[in-house]
Amino acid sequence: MVTGLINANPVVYERKERHLRSSPVVIDEYAVEPIDQLEIFEHVRDIKDPEHPYSLEELKVVTEDSIELDDQQSYVRVTFTPTVEHCSMATVIGLCLRVKLMRSLPSRYKVDIRVAPGTHATEAAVNKQLNDKERVAAALENPRLLEMVDECLAATYI
Amino acid sequence: MEFPKGELDLREMQSLEGHNDRVWSLAWNPASGAAGVPAMLASCSGDKTARIWKQGPSGSFDCMAVLEDAHTRTVRSCAWSPCGKLLATTSFDATTAIWEHIGSDFECISTLEGHENEVKSVSWNASGSLIATCSRDKSVWIWEMQSGKEFECVSVLQGHTQDVKMVQWHPLIDVLVSVSYDSTIKVWAEDGDDDWHCVQTIDEACSGHSSTVWALSFNESGDRMVTCSDDLTLKIWDTSGTPSESSDDVPRPWRHVYTLSGFHDRTIFSVNWSREGVIASGAADDAICLFVESKEKMDGPFFSLVMKKEKAHAMDVNSVQWNPKNPRILASASDDGTIKIWELAEISG
Repeated sequence: MVTGLINANPVVYERKERHLRSSPVVIDEYAVEPIDQLEIFEHVRDIKDPEHPYSLEELKVVTEDSIELDDQQSYVRVTFTPTVEHCSMATVIGLCLRVKLMRSLPSRYKVDIRVAPGTHATEAAVNKQLNDKERVAAALENPRLLEMVDECLAATYI
Repeated sequence: MEFPKGELDLREMQSLEGHNDRVWSLAWNPASGAAGVPAMLASCSGDKTARIWKQGPSGSFDCMAVLEDAHTRTVRSCAWSPCGKLLATTSFDATTAIWEHIGSDFECISTLEGHENEVKSVSWNASGSLIATCSRDKSVWIWEMQSGKEFECVSVLQGHTQDVKMVQWHPLIDVLVSVSYDSTIKVWAEDGDDDWHCVQTIDEACSGHSSTVWALSFNESGDRMVTCSDDLTLKIWDTSGTPSESSDDVPRPWRHVYTLSGFHDRTIFSVNWSREGVIASGAADDAICLFVESKEKMDGPFFSLVMKKEKAHAMDVNSVQWNPKNPRILASASDDGTIKIWELAEISG
């Protein structure tokens, strides 16, 4: 039985410099701005890792490039890299990503979450759970789990 | 009723709103919708309630009852007894509630406990004497109705290695089929000594699915069934001749006859076979597809797409159910919180 943290000494990376986006010259209030990779990344970069006081960006669990999207098709896939191969927090991280995007993106969006291939011992099992809508819905009705997820997401709403 | 010959369309007749969360499942009351009895539809939702919708004289559906306070979590599925007087609802709270239709009200008369976690599906057998439920706890439970509408568990069926997504009784005899997150389909029968066991397992090696199987539906005569899956296919199964119920015979095995693929590009959550032989499917691509068996002489059975209704809903389609009394009417339920009533009709002109 593992006591204590799964990964007591994670590698912490620098946060990418944030650029303020320049405002568009023509402001059309009714224009729907296409969603891009950076916007998706901004929704998830500050999600706190469940075990450490660092963000998923700082731990390189997600990067801008790990996000694939097609706004026309309303599709996004986020690939995340757990800090260790046997990370049992992988499903919690995946759940955090899913919940944050569910709350931030238009309802037309289809979201796939997966573990980066080769980075987790039970990759297929984790991916299957994270992409089973019924399993996710039931998990989020578990108050303890929901509390954990909300704690990880708290920093992203500021 | 002669099946229309020309080009067909699924016409949206009505959108039913009321639920405050995604609608997971639907069930048409089998005893209504004919002989002057207005059609009745049950729906269940993530908002912890089930709703009963009744068709009025104008043809449109109104909500006649909200079944609440029985479940403390999502209500995942619902099923009417064959006589139409009882409704079973299952929930993520691990219970199954039995409701009785008394006058214009629905009263919860019984609660079935036993599963360890989310109960995902419920089905009544043809005679209404048995109920089957299934759960994420990997088991299937069979309950027998006692006098006073109480239910007693008569069997706990183990065998699936994962979450069981749906159970369905055969329309004519007491044979039960279950489908699972473990990608298999299992057939269960009784050996005459009240002993239930698995008589067939259909896995990937027997032309079965390669990922979670979400739903199944029998055709009217019960010699065929269709399953749908996260592997993006629908599969048709055949049991040549009618499965025998006598204690000496084991039901004839189900053989794969056809795979429909390339029609949905995301998980297919629901499938339902109409009395007229039209297969409807609902998926996470927000679409509804209709398929029929080809009338042309081919080398073996052949099924083809009749039409695909893209953006049938604004979000995932979770359930599609043909009206048993009027097989041109289809109801669909979605993550968008609505239920839609459709009519299959010929495009004129």
